[in-house]
Amino acid sequence: MGMTLSEKILAKASGKESVRPGDIVDAKVDLAMSHEACTFVISAFEEMGAEKVWDKDKIVVILDHWVPASDVRSASLHKAIRKFVREQGIDNFLDVGRGGIAHQILAEGGWVLPGMLVVGTDSHTPTTGALGAFATGIGFTEMAAVFALGELWLKVPENVKVVVNGSLGNRMDGKDIILKVIRDFKVDGAIYKAVEFTGSTIESIGIFHRLAICNMTTEMGAKTGIIAPDDKTREYLSWTGKQYEPVLSDEDAEYQEEREFDITDLEPQVACPPNVDNVKGVSELKNVKVQQAFLGSCTNGRIEDLRAAAEILKGEKVHKDVRMIVMPASQSIYMQAMEEGLFDIFLDANATICAPSCGPCFGGHGGLLAAGEACISSTNRNFVARMGSPESFVYLGSPWTVAASALYGEITDPRSV
Amino acid sequence: METTFSGKIWKFGDNINTDDITPSPYLTIQNPEELAKHVLENKKPDFPDRVQKGDIIVAGRNFGCGSSREHAPVALKAAGVSLVVAKSFARIFFRNAINVGLSVLESSELYDAVEEADEIKVDLEKGEIETSSGNIIKTNPLPENVLGILEAGGLVEKVKLILGERG
Ligand code: SF4
Repeated sequence: MGMTLSEKILAKASGKESVRPGDIVDAKVDLAMSHEACTFVISAFEEMGAEKVWDKDKIVVILDHWVPASDVRSASLHKAIRKFVREQGIDNFLDVGRGGIAHQILAEGGWVLPGMLVVGTDSHTPTTGALGAFATGIGFTEMAAVFALGELWLKVPENVKVVVNGSLGNRMDGKDIILKVIRDFKVDGAIYKAVEFTGSTIESIGIFHRLAICNMTTEMGAKTGIIAPDDKTREYLSWTGKQYEPVLSDEDAEYQEEREFDITDLEPQVACPPNVDNVKGVSELKNVKVQQAFLGSCTNGRIEDLRAAAEILKGEKVHKDVRMIVMPASQSIYMQAMEEGLFDIFLDANATICAPSCGPCFGGHGGLLAAGEACISSTNRNFVARMGSPESFVYLGSPWTVAASALYGEITDPRSV
Repeated sequence: METTFSGKIWKFGDNINTDDITPSPYLTIQNPEELAKHVLENKKPDFPDRVQKGDIIVAGRNFGCGSSREHAPVALKAAGVSLVVAKSFARIFFRNAINVGLSVLESSELYDAVEEADEIKVDLEKGEIETSSGNIIKTNPLPENVLGILEAGGLVEKVKLILGERG
């Protein structure tokens, strides 16, 4: 019996010939990421009596949730983390002004390579599964154990295969694909499972679409989302000069479930409050007014996402009742967008541009909502109070849909503008 | 820590979430004993008062779904619950439980084979459950590395031990 890509990575990480779903293995971690949660990791690490981290070069610490620090509390978290990384000699520390949102940094910075086992203290760690790694979120105490020992126990997940076929339409995004998939699976449809995406669509789309897709597997309860590495992956990583051995699923690998989607006639998808699986086609949403449009986050804050919004906003003004916030996902995206002239387009359109951060995505800072307000957002969660007031409303859509809705002040099909 | 248990059963159904276990108004409480005073109170109001040290929770599918809060297994442990046997667990709860030293076991059969307040005996290493009528139910035993964490009393203690051995 063959193994899936996920099983092969976990087998290798735990020094075994093969593993099966349900097995519990002690796996060696290739890369450990932490952000502001690192402060909690530090206290557990100290409680364990650990003194030195197991391998300072396999740890990346990135400040991203409150960047720059939005209040005294976050400033104190940052300060404690700076002290820890200095003491531990962790050089891979991306402070304010050097990095961006952790999941984006792991991808664009060449930290994650196909076949790696990656853990992070953040639930959207599966994002970089788009590069063919097994990437999953873990708790703070667990990360402390990883910092101390370089390994952790993992239960080998069941595998679900999601086959996506058909060509992605004009002004459509990986976001529309994953919203459609979540609409079908529901928020608990893939609990503890590894969701592997294949099919002609997945093969044909760029890495940025794939990152958005894997990012949101968390919203189906998955342990990870993963896409087999191919030529596009190789090209994306070519600048790093790093070598890796691509891991692929065997032909006869076993999947607990397989679902097929044909996206040929898919229309832009929007997740309506208060759950990510409350997804509707944009044509079903008539007269849904928004007061804010947010473009950013680890889901859709990449350069391609900014270009998409700029294409729609070029020479136009955002609707008078809408404030639009653009938050590039990293410093390098920020610079690239500036160089490409996208900022001129956004500024001319009356959008405001903020420093790379998670910002309002989790209700942190930089654009929260008041009671009664609605936001069309390129982020990944629309739970009650996620972006501010418990009485506010978050609609999730692609960067295209965000920009088109910003123009008209109501949720709008980007293909119609 | 023991790997065999005997205790009285409290039954809970499917999809008991982390809000049911530790309601969010109490999340700012750090003290486990204080948290234990409210554990599962919205599901069974008399549970926090009447649960005894060594009692066992038997639940349906997807026990511990919802948020990643470590408060939930911490509160159950502090309330004296020795073990949770569920048809299935939510991923993060399962991990958190083991990491904080609360024993957990999956059994698809036990739930329908027992009544509230029955006494059962459980051997984690063998994966065997003996009901009050003497029936033996087999499950997948917990693997050695997970048992090791539970025996140490949780992940913090386990890492302490490992680091101690390494000197
Ligand atoms: S951008 Fe939002 S979803 Fe992504 S890591 Fe930050 S808070 Fe989490």
